[in-house]
Amino acid sequence: MPAENTANPKIIVPEIIAPKIIIRDLSFYYGDYCALKNINLSIAEKMVTAFIGPSGCGKSTLLRTFNRMYQLYPKQKATGEILLDGENILDKKQDLNNLRAKIGMVFQKPTPFPMSIYDNIAFGVKLYESLSKNDMDERVEWALRKAALWTEAKDKLRQSGTGLSGGQQQRLCIARAIAVKPQVLLLDEPTSALDPISTAHIEKLIDELKEDFTIVIVTHNMQQAARVSDYTAYMYLGDLIEFGDTSTVFTNPKRKETEDYITGRFG
Amino acid sequence: MPTFLREASLKRHTVLDMLFRNLTRVSAFGVLMLLVAIIASLIVGSMPAIRAFGFGFLTSSEWDPVNDRFGALIPIVGTLVTSAIALLIAIPVSFGIAIFLTELSPRILRRPLGVAVELLAGIPSIIYGMWGLFIFAPLFADRIEPWLGAHIGTMPYIGPLFSGPPMGIGILTAGIILAIMVIPFIASVMRDVFEVVPTLLKESAYGLGATTWEVMWKVVLPYTKVGVAGGIMLGLGRALGETMAVTFVIGNSHELSKSLLMPGNSIASALANEFTEAYGGLYTSALIELGLILFFITFVVLSLARYMLFKLGQREGQAT
Amino acid sequence: MNIMPSLYMRRRIVNATGLAVSMLAMAFGLFWLCWILWTLLDHGLPALTPLVFEQMTPPPGSSGGLLNAIAGSLAMTLVGTLIGTPIGILAGTYLAEFGQRGWLAPVTRFINDVLLSAPSIVIGLFVYEVYVIRAKHFSGWAGALALSIIVIPIVIRTTENMLRLVPTTLREAAAALGAPQWKIINFITLRAARAGIITGVMLAIARISGETAPLLFTALNNQFWSSNMDQPMANLPVVIFQFAMSPYEDWQKLAWAGALLITLSVLTLNILARVLFRQKAASH
Repeated sequence: MPAENTANPKIIVPEIIAPKIIIRDLSFYYGDYCALKNINLSIAEKMVTAFIGPSGCGKSTLLRTFNRMYQLYPKQKATGEILLDGENILDKKQDLNNLRAKIGMVFQKPTPFPMSIYDNIAFGVKLYESLSKNDMDERVEWALRKAALWTEAKDKLRQSGTGLSGGQQQRLCIARAIAVKPQVLLLDEPTSALDPISTAHIEKLIDELKEDFTIVIVTHNMQQAARVSDYTAYMYLGDLIEFGDTSTVFTNPKRKETEDYITGRFG
Repeated sequence: MPTFLREASLKRHTVLDMLFRNLTRVSAFGVLMLLVAIIASLIVGSMPAIRAFGFGFLTSSEWDPVNDRFGALIPIVGTLVTSAIALLIAIPVSFGIAIFLTELSPRILRRPLGVAVELLAGIPSIIYGMWGLFIFAPLFADRIEPWLGAHIGTMPYIGPLFSGPPMGIGILTAGIILAIMVIPFIASVMRDVFEVVPTLLKESAYGLGATTWEVMWKVVLPYTKVGVAGGIMLGLGRALGETMAVTFVIGNSHELSKSLLMPGNSIASALANEFTEAYGGLYTSALIELGLILFFITFVVLSLARYMLFKLGQREGQAT
Repeated sequence: MNIMPSLYMRRRIVNATGLAVSMLAMAFGLFWLCWILWTLLDHGLPALTPLVFEQMTPPPGSSGGLLNAIAGSLAMTLVGTLIGTPIGILAGTYLAEFGQRGWLAPVTRFINDVLLSAPSIVIGLFVYEVYVIRAKHFSGWAGALALSIIVIPIVIRTTENMLRLVPTTLREAAAALGAPQWKIINFITLRAARAGIITGVMLAIARISGETAPLLFTALNNQFWSSNMDQPMANLPVVIFQFAMSPYEDWQKLAWAGALLITLSVLTLNILARVLFRQKAASH
């Protein structure tokens, strides 16, 4: 396919000083269908990187290769390399649970577990650490504070997590993800199911969380990408079209396709 | 984070993962083994009868424990005929009930009636059998059967089916009791299936000015034929293997009669009545072979249902 | 446009007829069922005296109760459920959680559907062949075993269905924390599906507590009290069958009392299961 070559020339990758994740020649297949084509990209440490693009462009697929979530399903496979701190996570020898403990993820819709708020957060922590009661209490409080949910939830820690509002549930999921102290946080359209006020909460949160975590966010919402991210990658039909620091991509895109999408002339 | 702890728990998780996966797999495999064991034990148990009678067992109507001569024709015919009668009555009635429950019933009644039908589907079959024996059969003998004999019994062709003395118990009674028993079962499956139809689809048909009846026939039924067929087949599977509802009222007679009003026998009721009293290896073995035949018939019916559903499902998939 | 009115008229008539017929069907169905329930109450209530719960099954011509049969039924139902439920949940879990790859899951699912509707009397024959003949006598264990074989497919089916209702995002969320699969399943998905699975188990109990056919050649019957599951064991359904088919009026009365008891307990279990499921579903 010639389109593959024209759409994917050597992308001018911006100088990323401390890349946390380096992606080399990553392709992804759903059965025979090729959903990602030779992606090359670096994710900067303790920065926010946003993936944007129209539906079906592969941005979520790309995100889900970072913790190999696709491995839950048969017939999905990835080729190429994803280096996390220099270690190829696509390697067969990579222990999946260990990898996922290092890379947290928050999903499109809130996914509180059917247990109390406290247990929701303790669940992940208990997997790899055996903390005393006090340490665990502290950890839960720390995570809830980080996720800006502490004041609302501190009186109902024993109540079911499913009883919270949508925005609160999503912050609970963020708290749950950061409680295990991952190095990278993947956010898959974390605000698409939320109201504007909750969205604002979470956007603010992302800004604060990047002090501690490397964050990758997939979003439909270009304004959101412009607001929260330091780097932006624009994808289309499984190709990485443009990648650069956010202000450049949004104000001075190098490629016509990107400009069309950003200015809304697309579709 | 202490790395050694992490390593240890990772290793533990890997082992537990494998243990748990294999435990569930062994259980699933156990279900297969159960089926194999059932078939094997039935075949082993019926070997003496198979050796003694061969294929003639299927076509012989003889059932003579005294001289050790056995044939399965009468119970097989009885099983098939009672189930056929049951479905003949139950399909239209269940369909009507399902339509009523999904489209016609006033909102307030919809749930209670639906629940009532589901609850009735759970009543043990022995209750239907008892009721059939004590209440329905005498009434049927007094009121219905004489009328059937006098009016339909004299007609050409179908007349012989409805002739004979009014005894109350017999093939027809068994079929009717079976029908009453499977109606709630089939109706609740059909109702579930009808409720799968997207409201939007129905509303667009109503929006074109279609009547309720037209929506049912031209939108809901084509959309759900897969499930409807499945529900009917499940009902058939139930009727074929039903023991207690039939045993009480079929009459348990090993004589072949043309009339539906005469007593007959079904495989399940022959087993229920005679198995513990069977003397001699060949008698027991013949009964087990009956069980094998029953299992085979229901297996074929249910497999066919599955296959049909699969086929219909595929065709629908292509159409869209 | 002058054909339209007649066409419309015809459509309306067809509609009205169809609807009337379906209403009749509903009435027809309910009619029998009400009649059966009424009969049950009519014959069963007068026979349901305290003696039923105090005395053993009598020989013909004398008074007695159903105590031994009730106890036997409870014991066998309990044991049957205890054997069948864990196996059913494990196998159902395999189908829902591990079954995407390989041949075992589709084949098992198919076989399970067949077993789900398999004639229960054949299950009784099977247990007779593999257990009763070996043990050389009928026994409560054999009855419980036969009942457990009926429980297994029901529990497998509901477990799989309920687990499939659990959103995949919940599994992904747990996996994203690095949770191993056994933990995800035991602490997240099975837990999320708990209400549904319990409902399934209760429906299975309701089903086996009225099953007669599989007990005929396994537990048989026992006229006396037996606390030994290794002996033939009295149980309500078989007692009902035997007493109802008998010519003795005392026995027939007791059969009605037993029938009412069974029906009431089956209905109660069914209703409880529904209420429980609804409450749980509402709280989520």
